[in-house]
Amino acid sequence: MSIFVDETTTVVVQGLTGGQGRFHGLRNRDYGTKVVAGVTPGKGGTDVEGVPIYDTVAEAVEVTGATASFVVVPPRFACDAILEAADAGISLIVCITEFIPAQDEALTYNRLVREHPGTRLIGPNCPGIISPGKANIGITAGDIALPGGPVGIVSRSGTLTYQALHELSQQGVGQTTCVGIGGDPVPGTNFIDCLEAFQADPETRAVMMIGEIGGSEEERAADYIGQHMDKPVIAYIAGVTAPPGRKMGHAGAIISGSQGTAQAKIDALREAGVTVASNPTEAGEMMVEIVRGLG
Amino acid sequence: MDLYEYQGKQYFARFGIPVSPGGIAKSVDEAVAQAEAAGYPVVVKAQVKVGGRGKAGGIKLAADPDEVRRAAEAILGMDIRGHTVHRVWVEHASDIAKEYYASFTLDRPAKLHLGMLSAAGGVEIEEVAATNPEAIARLHVNPCDGLDEQTARRWVDEAGLDEEAREEAARLLVRLYRCFVEGDCDLAEINPLILTTDGKVHALDAKVTLDENAAFRHLEWEELAEDEIEDPREKMAKEKGLNYIGLEGSVGIIANGAGLAMSTLDVVNQVGGKAANFLDIGGGANAEVMTAALEVINADPSVKAILVNIFGGITRVDDVANGVIAALANVEIHSPIVLRLDGTNAEAGRALLASHLSDSVLAEPTMLAAARRAVELAR
Ligand SMILES: Nc1ncnc2c1ncn2[C@@H]1O[C@H](COP(=O)(O)OP(=O)(O)O)[C@@H](O)[C@H]1O
Ligand SMILES: [Mg+2]
Repeated sequence: MSIFVDETTTVVVQGLTGGQGRFHGLRNRDYGTKVVAGVTPGKGGTDVEGVPIYDTVAEAVEVTGATASFVVVPPRFACDAILEAADAGISLIVCITEFIPAQDEALTYNRLVREHPGTRLIGPNCPGIISPGKANIGITAGDIALPGGPVGIVSRSGTLTYQALHELSQQGVGQTTCVGIGGDPVPGTNFIDCLEAFQADPETRAVMMIGEIGGSEEERAADYIGQHMDKPVIAYIAGVTAPPGRKMGHAGAIISGSQGTAQAKIDALREAGVTVASNPTEAGEMMVEIVRGLG
Repeated sequence: MDLYEYQGKQYFARFGIPVSPGGIAKSVDEAVAQAEAAGYPVVVKAQVKVGGRGKAGGIKLAADPDEVRRAAEAILGMDIRGHTVHRVWVEHASDIAKEYYASFTLDRPAKLHLGMLSAAGGVEIEEVAATNPEAIARLHVNPCDGLDEQTARRWVDEAGLDEEAREEAARLLVRLYRCFVEGDCDLAEINPLILTTDGKVHALDAKVTLDENAAFRHLEWEELAEDEIEDPREKMAKEKGLNYIGLEGSVGIIANGAGLAMSTLDVVNQVGGKAANFLDIGGGANAEVMTAALEVINADPSVKAILVNIFGGITRVDDVANGVIAALANVEIHSPIVLRLDGTNAEAGRALLASHLSDSVLAEPTMLAAARRAVELAR
């Protein structure tokens, strides 16, 4: 099994007619994802390589029954796009857009919680989600992932996620689902949401978690793991040497005062019984060991 | 983007938050002129983007032109925790009865706005927060609801502000919240928020951090003209549109992706070296971006070796390799360069690079090996 997306997931791409939307949307379709519609206001009735375009998500959902949305629109329109998808009854929204104003992001998150409690948002500012062999929504290169499990991956960083996928795949270790939750301050989906789902997924037998400086989601995840998980977790946290007060590439990757340091996260995870690797390669090697040990 | 106190106060004023009258000065003479305009007594305040100016001697009371002169002479050019004072803000001195603290920021774990209010504000607020956290009344605000005056009023009561300050303070806090939200602040902080001896409430300091992602809807921010970036490397990188942070070490870093770049710094440190910078060149990694990146790293005199760490996802490693080769032809690098290219089409990429390798252009298969090699070369 997989979490959040699988072969039955049908996807509408908001922004399919744009450069990025077209590139990634069609790549997702080529991967085997059921990309059933695109939405661009004013371009309804046209198509992108056979994928019909609608003016609104509501229309796209009515006609195609899409259950998930891939939001690839510029930052100033992204939050409206997310809320439009939720209003149309979409239950999973993946938003890769970077540079959304923090106030918009916080408002949108809370509106989803209040008005659409059944809708899950992944991102913004994330690489997306892939259940290898089943569905790929986002910008992950599908060919670096390997179907069949048993590893679940959840990560705040794009390239580190790709690296993790690649290293496992090269050793013949597959993945159930890999979720990039993104590097923004208010992610729609947290580590804990993914850990919970992985814990409940019978095919996921071990989890790799990739965190970074900023906020305290890793600490909260550590609490959760300590109390609720019996599957092995390998973690890696980037930013041990990051200087305080500087945004390290991601809006959320910042040490504020003594808050959000990598060391605090590493300590919390170790305390919860998580094996914390000192670099991404080591994390991959440790995971391969664990999986071999599972028999 | 952090604002100076005087910019923060101007920003507050846009939202109707009362601040002291004053003016900015770059010289002693200008300071005297500003003091005349503000009305004696005045306070001469160092403008640096770091707190604790009062304790560092960067804030001085002056009752007449001579005292302003002496204060401005002492403060201009002063170093406050690594920040040189180029400007002073001269404002009318208030008769302070009480100093409070007020701020709004985002509570990341709660995913809600967080207001903090204390009757024990002033220069010791960190101390108060550490030793007596109950002295700070915390209020979560759901962005869907916003902050209304009744809620603010209850909050002010809870924080135990003086009776005579409460009504005005509640009104001010609603404005501060509006400034935080509509003004797209990551942080809007007033410390001290004062009650004057004649019963007025106003902001005596301003600490404002703006969210640069919202710049598109704040044309007024253009006036805030960012200062000269002090680090020449960061200045050059910014001109080239690169996501660069200057650091102290000797290994220049180029990586794609924020996480991978951060991780590269860590691994360099792990094998006994120190990174000269953080540089995330994003997904592209084409010849143009790579050239710009190499130029910036190359201009840094403390760089003794360069480590390029690229993981090709959708950008294939053979394309990245071509980009690197073209960039190396464009830039005459002063230090040896170690390349670690992995990911989609890694074999093809490495094959392309093979004929370009030399004593000063090396390739390593893993991040760890590449970091070791770069650190060795930097010694
Ligand atoms: N205009 C003013 N009138 C009277 N006192 C002032 C004035 N401005 C600052 N002060 C005093 O100086 C202290 C420190 O000033 P502040 O602006 O908060 O700088 P910082 O927080 O960097 O130390 C304040 O707590 C207050 O007691
Ligand atoms: Mg202050």
